[in-house]
Amino acid sequence: MSAAQEVVTEAPAIDAVPKRAMTLGYGTSLVMLAVLILVPLFVKNFIIFQLTMLLIYGLAVLALNILTGGSGQFSLGQSAFYAVGAYTSAILMETFNVNYALTLPVSGVICFAFGFLFGLPALRLSGIYLALATFALATAMPQLLKLNVFEPWTGGVQGLVVTKPDAPFGLPISQDMWLYYFTLVITIGIYIFSVNLLKSRSGRAFMAIRDNEIAASAMGIDVALYKTLAFGVSAGITGVAGALGAIAVQFVAPDSYTIQLAISLFLGMVVGGVGWLPGSIVGSAFIIFVPNIAEGISKGLSGAVFGVLLFLVIFLVPHGARQVAVLGQQLIGKFRKS
Amino acid sequence: MELFTNQVLAGIATGAIYACMALAIVMIYQAIDHLNFAQGEMAMFSTFIAWQLMQWGVPYWGAFVITVAFSFAAGIIIERLLFKPLAKAPILTNVAGFIALYSIVNSVAGLIWDFTIKQFPTPFGSSPFLGSQLISTHQAGMIGVTLLLLLLLFFFFRFTRMGLAMRAAAALPESARLVGINTSWMIALGWGMAAAIGSIAGMMIAPVVFLEPNMMLGVLIYGFAAAVLGGLTSPFGAVIGGFLVGIFENLTGTYIPGVGNELKLPIALALIVIVLVVKPAGLFGRPIVKRV
Repeated sequence: MSAAQEVVTEAPAIDAVPKRAMTLGYGTSLVMLAVLILVPLFVKNFIIFQLTMLLIYGLAVLALNILTGGSGQFSLGQSAFYAVGAYTSAILMETFNVNYALTLPVSGVICFAFGFLFGLPALRLSGIYLALATFALATAMPQLLKLNVFEPWTGGVQGLVVTKPDAPFGLPISQDMWLYYFTLVITIGIYIFSVNLLKSRSGRAFMAIRDNEIAASAMGIDVALYKTLAFGVSAGITGVAGALGAIAVQFVAPDSYTIQLAISLFLGMVVGGVGWLPGSIVGSAFIIFVPNIAEGISKGLSGAVFGVLLFLVIFLVPHGARQVAVLGQQLIGKFRKS
Repeated sequence: MELFTNQVLAGIATGAIYACMALAIVMIYQAIDHLNFAQGEMAMFSTFIAWQLMQWGVPYWGAFVITVAFSFAAGIIIERLLFKPLAKAPILTNVAGFIALYSIVNSVAGLIWDFTIKQFPTPFGSSPFLGSQLISTHQAGMIGVTLLLLLLLFFFFRFTRMGLAMRAAAALPESARLVGINTSWMIALGWGMAAAIGSIAGMMIAPVVFLEPNMMLGVLIYGFAAAVLGGLTSPFGAVIGGFLVGIFENLTGTYIPGVGNELKLPIALALIVIVLVVKPAGLFGRPIVKRV
């Protein structure tokens, strides 16, 4: 073992994303919003349920996007935070009879604390090590949830059944539709919060850390604080998504929150474009609908289709949906000129 | 005291599994500076190939050699086709690539050989070893194979031109290129060797955990834990780490009430987190200093 220490220049965790490129313009946002509000009025209940899941996974992907696209940290452990959120909400609703809407902030706060605490050891880790530690967290979570000690609350391997809430004030709409609009309102709220967070002082600190940690600390940014904060915020949002997911699916069980879920969310982020918040919904659509299509072709092949598509994205459009959107914009621009 | 000794012995036996896997992980880490999440799945796939060959009537050692050769070639092909273009890409892209590979290999193996549990033969037999009830001849053989691999690797890296070139390419790629080493091919070679070692690990592990597409998940996490504990830069550390993790797992299972098989993965998680927090370079690894 030589006395000389090894000196390396670390490759950046991700490509830098300019702040302006992280969101959509007002016009496009309003059109998206109108589509999201109007579509459920014309489709069947099952599709409304799928749209609800689309928003929920969209939130979870958004949370990962804040962590990775914002502060440059990896996580393959989002399924663990999602599970904690889902279980918190389910236990509060079923054991303590708390109103479903009130369980969401509780899930968010508990997951924020959990993420913040997990962010502490994560401080020592960067890049691949962090991916590894979170990967281990995701694989360990189902076993933790199955523990006998927690069984009176978690229901062990069986899981818990959650009651679906009715529309309040005697509104004449179905449970599914009510839940969809309820989720939509929360999603929009969190989206606006995230956009503003990234535009704020904290958001700029995240991005400085992402682009060059040492330079950021030289500029007076408390690297440890902001890195754990990013973990906490990301986990908190994932927790709210998990809670909504538990209410929508009406069921929580340890095996719904395996590493597969974490991989899906990661995949959603890559497909949607790392650091591009609106891409989260594209990524979420990808992870919900592509497995269905793949299983239609051949059962058991969905993993392979997933993997092949992921490779295609990496090689052809490394910036995901953002790149496609930019290309589309340029094409329209050319079309108008000619 | 008797219980303690027995548990340590049993721990060394299970530790051999992790040591094997950790060795493959460290190999690839040395070559490419990344942890390959698909390592376990690649090993699983190789083991299935060996199983299939034996089903077709190939004798054990014949299948063994063919599988190792196949894995070596497959490792190189995967690197050339999929990961060479990503060499300069950000870490995120590489992690995404590993995950894609993980998902493809797992799914394809499930499709070809389905998810039923299969028996995998052992060349060493499964009778008690030297009259001890704790270690079977297979486990003893596995320890032997691991140590032999380690020895071979040591000689390869220490005393061959190729080994020296690989070390140079991993340590200082630019300088290595200046003295005429084809660093890009050294990386491919690293992938091939890691895949070959992984296939040996898979074939040693399969008789213990049984063959099925998800057999490697737990082993992979423990292999990671072992590699992290021993230091990701040291093959020797990885093997020692493997044995230590095996012993640790068995002792916690015996002496801490409530820790059984159901807490296997959380223990590995705790171990990884503790090591990374307390001593990130591991027991035998070199600390790495970052340049601004």
